Amino acid sequence: MITIPKFPLDKGVEAVIDFLSDNFAFITKAVAKVVESGLESIVDGLMWLHPAVFILIAALIAWRIAKWRMALFTALGFAFIWNLQLWEPMLETLALVAVATSIAVAIGVPLGIFSAMYQGIYRTVFPILDFMQTMPAFVYLIPAIPFFGLGTVSAIFSTVIFAMPPAIRLTCLGIKQVPAPLIEASDSFGANRFQKLVKVQLPIATPTMMAGVNQTIMLSLSMVVIAAMIGAGGLGSEVWTGIQRLKPGMAFEGGLGVVILAIVLDRLTQKLGAKDKS
Amino acid sequence: MNPIIEVKNLYKAFGNRAKEGVRLHQQGKSKDEIMREAGIPVGVADVSFEVQQGEILVIMGLSGSGKSTLVRCINRLIEPTAGEVRIDGTDILALGRHDLLQLRQKKFGMVFQNFALLPHRTVLHNVEFGLEIQKTDPVKMEQKAMEAINLVGLEGWEQSYPDQLSGGMQQRVGLARALAVDPDILLMDEAFSALDPLIRRDMQDELINLQERVQKTILFITHDLDEALKIGDRIILLKDGALVQEGTAEDILTNPATRYVQKFVEDVDLTKVLTARSVMKKPRAVAQYQDGPRVALRKMDEESISSLFALDKAHKLKGVVMAADAVDAAKRGEKILDHIINTDIIKVKLDTPVAEFFSDLATLQYPVAVVDDNDKLVGVIIRGSLLAGLAERGTVDNDNNS
Repeated sequence: MITIPKFPLDKGVEAVIDFLSDNFAFITKAVAKVVESGLESIVDGLMWLHPAVFILIAALIAWRIAKWRMALFTALGFAFIWNLQLWEPMLETLALVAVATSIAVAIGVPLGIFSAMYQGIYRTVFPILDFMQTMPAFVYLIPAIPFFGLGTVSAIFSTVIFAMPPAIRLTCLGIKQVPAPLIEASDSFGANRFQKLVKVQLPIATPTMMAGVNQTIMLSLSMVVIAAMIGAGGLGSEVWTGIQRLKPGMAFEGGLGVVILAIVLDRLTQKLGAKDKS
Repeated sequence: MNPIIEVKNLYKAFGNRAKEGVRLHQQGKSKDEIMREAGIPVGVADVSFEVQQGEILVIMGLSGSGKSTLVRCINRLIEPTAGEVRIDGTDILALGRHDLLQLRQKKFGMVFQNFALLPHRTVLHNVEFGLEIQKTDPVKMEQKAMEAINLVGLEGWEQSYPDQLSGGMQQRVGLARALAVDPDILLMDEAFSALDPLIRRDMQDELINLQERVQKTILFITHDLDEALKIGDRIILLKDGALVQEGTAEDILTNPATRYVQKFVEDVDLTKVLTARSVMKKPRAVAQYQDGPRVALRKMDEESISSLFALDKAHKLKGVVMAADAVDAAKRGEKILDHIINTDIIKVKLDTPVAEFFSDLATLQYPVAVVDDNDKLVGVIIRGSLLAGLAERGTVDNDNNS
């Protein structure tokens, strides 16, 4: 019998990671420090606001964007989180989601635009997206640690990778779906590529792009428990601790906090996307 | 005068082997043969024509005849495969990207079948689009856009969004957007085809009125012969991407070049195309201002007619005298016709379409009078001669049909 030896993919990947972390970790570590302190100051800033003031502001925003019913839900939901003494973890999670989403959108939207405009980029990016979305998110956690250290930044790194694909996909889709006659019309008036993008394609793609942002936020939220495993803190760590100490009640409280936050963020970003349509 | 648009031996074939398709066509193969044998679709095949400044040229053909492709070759929204397109003498196929964009900004305004308005912009901002692309100063931009909006009769709707407007009004926005940049050439691709028939007719009239004021060169694409005949100074007929006939409305109607053209022409309502000029007869007798009832009666008797048009001192048309009234007046011993002239008559101009007075003719006791711009009588239209005129032009020679 001829036995084909196992292909040493694991060794190869580890060698690459070791090489990169040995040579470049000082850069990523520096980035991590900056992001971490930024994140902390966001949380500190939010903590400085009295929860009641925060709730009032959140309810007002909800009332402006959606209807009064959404405002009421927002106020009651946040008040309940406050009452469960999950205020600080909730803010930490909110900050983490906000930062991860911002990074994902900042990278994802331009990539989406380029993939829509250049077939070559589209063909390169989309298989990578499939890979990013189907590879279990845990896999990104461990290699993130040598680069960003244990804690929030590694969590943000893996969250960004996991949550970015919809931002890219839906931006690309939105731009490709702009009706051909509109593109033709803007061409017929002698618009250059940039004018066409800014005046025609992006405005018309906005609702679709907002759906992408909404999906990115939702995926970020779904990562918070996983991120807690490498010390990200927040509502996720309540759940994780609850699981480790076999305290189902504690885990449930943390989980409920995530649900309330998810509902508020989801409805508000959806409304924002729909509003641009009219 | 040099033509503003010159198209010479223009070809558009699609795919990687487009050039080969052109070569095959030049060797005498038909579009169908090239598609069948080489698998190369040819959209426009060896088309040449010229358009003069201020002219409305209609490009007509059924769907798939290549007319939309042809018009897009003229501003290079579609890149021609071979041939020449000159705008004001400039070979536009030689232009680089930057010059091409400049040319589109300065020379062309395009109106689309499905309006192609930007749904997120108000009417005003839609009309400003072309000016924005040219980076016009904002104050001047709004002023120009408002002028264009007034020109198409949409004042008061500036702040509305396209989806709040009817189809006809949306296309007015499309027209205003094209006019706002003050282009030399308007390209109108089936601009009215998506509108319902009544609105469509209004828009056609409006375009003709507008053209009198703005004097653009217009390339108008349609699949509707009635529309082509109404709007076009000249008409080009396309079939399978090739030009089959070029000429005025009358040329095409009275002298269809091929069976294809004839097919088109057969469906035309002739009363819409033919004008008073082409069906009128010379008036055989008229009553002068000094004629009395007896003279009028004698003139009618000589020509065996029962009514007579009466002229005033300046030889302008005054009205009509009926034989029965003249008999009564003569019995009463009247010396002049003044009391019995019926001045409430139907007068039409030389270029009035027959359709406009066709139904009146059925009930009138006397002919329709055709007058020139000075109200002088130049002809009369009698029911019988009109029907004969229609029949004559409606029949195309059946000898070729076998």
